[in-house]
Amino acid sequence: MRRATRHAKWAVCATAVALVATACGGGGDAAGGADGILTSSWGDPQNPIEPANTNEVQGGKVLDMIFRGLKRYDPKTGEARDTVAEKIETTDSQNFTITLRSGWKFSNGEPVTAKSFTDAWNYGAHVDNKQANAPFFSDIVGYEDVHPASGPAKAKTMRGLVVKDDRTFTVALKEKFSTWPETLGYQAFVPLPRVFFTDHDAWLAKPIGNGPYTVESYTRGSGMKLRRWDGYTGEDKARNGGVDLIVYTDNNTAYTDLIAGNLDLVDDVPAQQLKNVRNDLGDRYINQPALIIQTLVFPLYRPEWNKAGTEKVRRGLSMAINREEITKQIFQGTRTPAKDWTSPALGADGGYKDICGDACTYDPAEAKRLIEEGGGLPGGKVTLTSNVDTGSHRAWMDAVCNSVNNALGRGAVCTVNPIGTFADFRNQQTTYKFTGPFRSGWQADYPLIQNFLEPLYYTGGSSNYGKFSNKEFDALVDKANREADEATAVKDFQAAEQILAEQMPAVPLWYQNGSAGYSERLSDVALNQFSVPVYDRITVG
Amino acid sequence: MPEPDPYQNPKEAVAPTGAGGAMDLAMSEAETLERDGTGRPRSLWSDAWHQLRRNPVFLVSALLIVFLVLIAIWPQILTSADPLRCDLSKSQQGSAPGHPFGYDTQGCDVYTRTVYGARASITVGVCATLGAALLGSLLGGLAGFFGGWWDGVLSRVADVFFGIPVVLGGLVFLSVVTSSTVWPVVGFIVLLGWPQIARIARGSVITAKEHDYVQAARALGAGGGRMLLRHVGPNAVAPVIVVATIALGTYIALEATLSFLGVGLRPPTVSWGIDISNAAPQIRNAPHMLLWPAGALSITVLAFIMLGDAVRDALDPKLR
Amino acid sequence: MGRYVIRRLLQMVPVFIGSTFLIFFMVYALGDPVAALFGDKAPDPATAARIREDLHLDEPLWKQYLLYMGAIFQGDFGTAFNGQPVTELMASAFPVTLRLTLVAIVIEIVVGITLGVVSGLKRGRPLDTGLLVLTLVVISVPTFVSGYLLQFLFGVKWGWVRPSVSSEARLDELILPGVVLALVSLAYVTRLSRTSIAENVRADYVRTAVAKGLPRHRVITRHLLRNSLIPVVTFIGADIGALMGGAIVTERIFNIHGVGYQLYQGILRNNAPTVVGFVTILVIVFLVANLLVDLLYAVLDPRIRYA
Repeated sequence: MRRATRHAKWAVCATAVALVATACGGGGDAAGGADGILTSSWGDPQNPIEPANTNEVQGGKVLDMIFRGLKRYDPKTGEARDTVAEKIETTDSQNFTITLRSGWKFSNGEPVTAKSFTDAWNYGAHVDNKQANAPFFSDIVGYEDVHPASGPAKAKTMRGLVVKDDRTFTVALKEKFSTWPETLGYQAFVPLPRVFFTDHDAWLAKPIGNGPYTVESYTRGSGMKLRRWDGYTGEDKARNGGVDLIVYTDNNTAYTDLIAGNLDLVDDVPAQQLKNVRNDLGDRYINQPALIIQTLVFPLYRPEWNKAGTEKVRRGLSMAINREEITKQIFQGTRTPAKDWTSPALGADGGYKDICGDACTYDPAEAKRLIEEGGGLPGGKVTLTSNVDTGSHRAWMDAVCNSVNNALGRGAVCTVNPIGTFADFRNQQTTYKFTGPFRSGWQADYPLIQNFLEPLYYTGGSSNYGKFSNKEFDALVDKANREADEATAVKDFQAAEQILAEQMPAVPLWYQNGSAGYSERLSDVALNQFSVPVYDRITVG
Repeated sequence: MPEPDPYQNPKEAVAPTGAGGAMDLAMSEAETLERDGTGRPRSLWSDAWHQLRRNPVFLVSALLIVFLVLIAIWPQILTSADPLRCDLSKSQQGSAPGHPFGYDTQGCDVYTRTVYGARASITVGVCATLGAALLGSLLGGLAGFFGGWWDGVLSRVADVFFGIPVVLGGLVFLSVVTSSTVWPVVGFIVLLGWPQIARIARGSVITAKEHDYVQAARALGAGGGRMLLRHVGPNAVAPVIVVATIALGTYIALEATLSFLGVGLRPPTVSWGIDISNAAPQIRNAPHMLLWPAGALSITVLAFIMLGDAVRDALDPKLR
Repeated sequence: MGRYVIRRLLQMVPVFIGSTFLIFFMVYALGDPVAALFGDKAPDPATAARIREDLHLDEPLWKQYLLYMGAIFQGDFGTAFNGQPVTELMASAFPVTLRLTLVAIVIEIVVGITLGVVSGLKRGRPLDTGLLVLTLVVISVPTFVSGYLLQFLFGVKWGWVRPSVSSEARLDELILPGVVLALVSLAYVTRLSRTSIAENVRADYVRTAVAKGLPRHRVITRHLLRNSLIPVVTFIGADIGALMGGAIVTERIFNIHGVGYQLYQGILRNNAPTVVGFVTILVIVFLVANLLVDLLYAVLDPRIRYA
């Protein structure tokens, strides 16, 4: 039977030869210097790339490169700076007059006018266009006409937007909102060229904006090539020749490509690689605070979690979680133990402060005492819920439960309820089906303390999934929103946050950092507060 | 030509053209199967048992399986520790005195978890394999033996089940179940696993029923049921055993995939699947986390593959 | 023969209807996809209601199904949530996966049968035992481990291949993913052909052939192998479909934008048009593959005839 054996050997060798042969297909390096083009990992955007319909970071990445709005958040300080706007004036914190700088153009040559903004905002708000970010325009007078709670729209445009001339328009809000101009850095508020409305499909196939980059080509599901726009007149001209975004099916594959030298920038280092990252990349690794906080929200719509005295149980559970150990062992320091309900990326002036105090510090003995004093866990046990299709949610849920079980010493009283898909998780969350604490990840839309508190804990707030309701808290938030002075407003918000520390409607777990790794070809890589790389400042060479 | 078979589908008329030389031998074998030395007919199955008891491969694998089952029932034999008692500060550390296999990501003792994981994993593996093999070989065997209408319906039903992606099926069937026992997972694996075995069984029954000794038995007037059980079945069973013993391993691994998707077994149940799916992403950081549960899985599969081989040999008179 | 094929082709119609309905029902059972379209933010009720209306999600299940089927017969497979038509997704995904499957099947056939024949002929010898151990390792290591490991070793450590597959997905780039995908099936093919060979090697026709003085390789390929292949062919036929739809893990690891990846995305986002469209095509692939396998039976074993 010698023949057969020889055949087997031949087959194995053939495979090996074929494997070696593919090694020849390496990626050639592009030119360096000011015209150097970098490659960066990307995920398929969830919705078509329309500014008012993009609410996740992958589509946001592109919008950030091809659009500039009235304001832009400084990538370092987070301060909202006038960009296309020359000035935004108000006398009553309710009616605003916006004047544009002259000279701004879209990359197809069309000038950016007041109408480019009002048309874009009316489009985003109109219910027929089914834009996910429509509620961002809900402060403007006339929103109900274009976006009624039910039934067809009664108007095409919002009464509150009036174009005065090419460079000026006015905005009337429904109530006083002193920090409203600060929200205008959000991507839903960017201007749109005429072609967006006249030839929508062509625009989607190759979006046109007024930012430092233009789209050279876009292949859905596989990648987008962006090139520096030489006609760009803004201050933040791109310092590289362009960016090739490449869609990856898995962030681990992107990371592997980075260390194999086939990719320049990865803006999401997978959790399982964090231990190797120093070894693989040295100092070409960024780990910095972002505007993201993870919490465990209690279902206060369930009577067993909302009885008098249960705030002690909630505080006790918070103290039974060893945040230091979990962020160190599970997340390798890419998350920071939470000390309040906002984010350190806000800075002390923005309102970040250790307000949770002892209640967020691991103290198993005190935790046990508080839970017993508060009447014990409802039904003697607690179940944590999260989706497990993304992130490393499974690992931290197990760790939190182990921490609680070890602290209480009553066996496996804490169990986890993993949910297979985010869609399923969201359905159960928005219909108030959870019976125990559930994960809530919140990324702020703009760097304001208001955005961390009002949508989440105000009575009837848009993302108040635990149905927390506290009159005192609501009153303080209302007061803060009316305040004309920003520092006083922050003080009021912090006073409101103090109530969260007592009531503990949600356990702050940790602040999530932005992380990125890059190749030796790149320098000046940084992330903004939304953990998106600041592409225009990157140099290649 | 054989007698017309009442179960034979007229549309699938078969013309046997078997090699003539094999005929006599096959017939004489078929005859010896029917009797033992005492002249009393001894069934193929008791004959096989007689054979098995003297096969060292069978004895070793059976011992191994008995040992694994014992651990599954009483994990306390091998460890006195609690698999759910974990200390996060020891996360992913290597072996230490009293903890020979080291710690996993959560700081749990890998040795204790490997011992305790046997129960759920072996239950899932064995029950799902038995279920899928019985259901699959029954339906596939009937489809192959009777052909025609039966075959059409059963094979097309199997096609539909084959088309369901495991992920979709898992998310739909298992996400509605909140039970923390192994049975929903077992049921799900049987539901998705039987078509594969049915297809194999059908194929080998189609071949086996054309063999000369089967034709001979039919000529001697054997009935359909008797033929299937006595003649076709034993001769078609080998591929089914091969596939089922390998499937046992893949089913235990499938349980890992289901856990990974969040729809498989959930804590406080301890299983090799859960541990393997937790360890896999950490392969670069802590390979020991993967080594032990995966090693335990290998040994289990080895035991069953050896058992399967021995049983198959015992059922095959040609190898005596 | 011809009538048999026509009959089998006609059977595809009820299977097609049954499986599309079953999958449609399953995606429906996964729940409402709309809430997830809004990320972590609260869904705006008016916008959500409008999206549901457009997708007919406010209709009863049977009506949704009929509307969907009606559209399919006009060539409209619907759109994914990112606005891409499902037909476009299929046109880009199926060729890629087809190539990947092809690579995997060829590896399975060539390597699997060769190893199976070798160990079947050397039954009980060290070589056979060695291959058994190899099989065990392959079975007990999940695909995501072998995938990451081979990718890391070949792609990064030794730098022999690119760790990820480009969007063109050329055949040579697909060899490593093909090996990973084929590994588990390889175990089945090797064991199946080993058993078959071991069983048939003592058959009389082999003895006759050897006695006739035929060269050894001719005995093996013409007589022994041909008679041993039916279980293997059955398995590979069934495996084609499984490989095409089940490559979710492999496609993810190697960045292949194929059927498994698109299907997984569709399932995660509860997008019925994507999932039903892809699965329907997969079921048709199964049906055709099975038909071919059944016809192959008759080629391999002349005693089996289809009228």
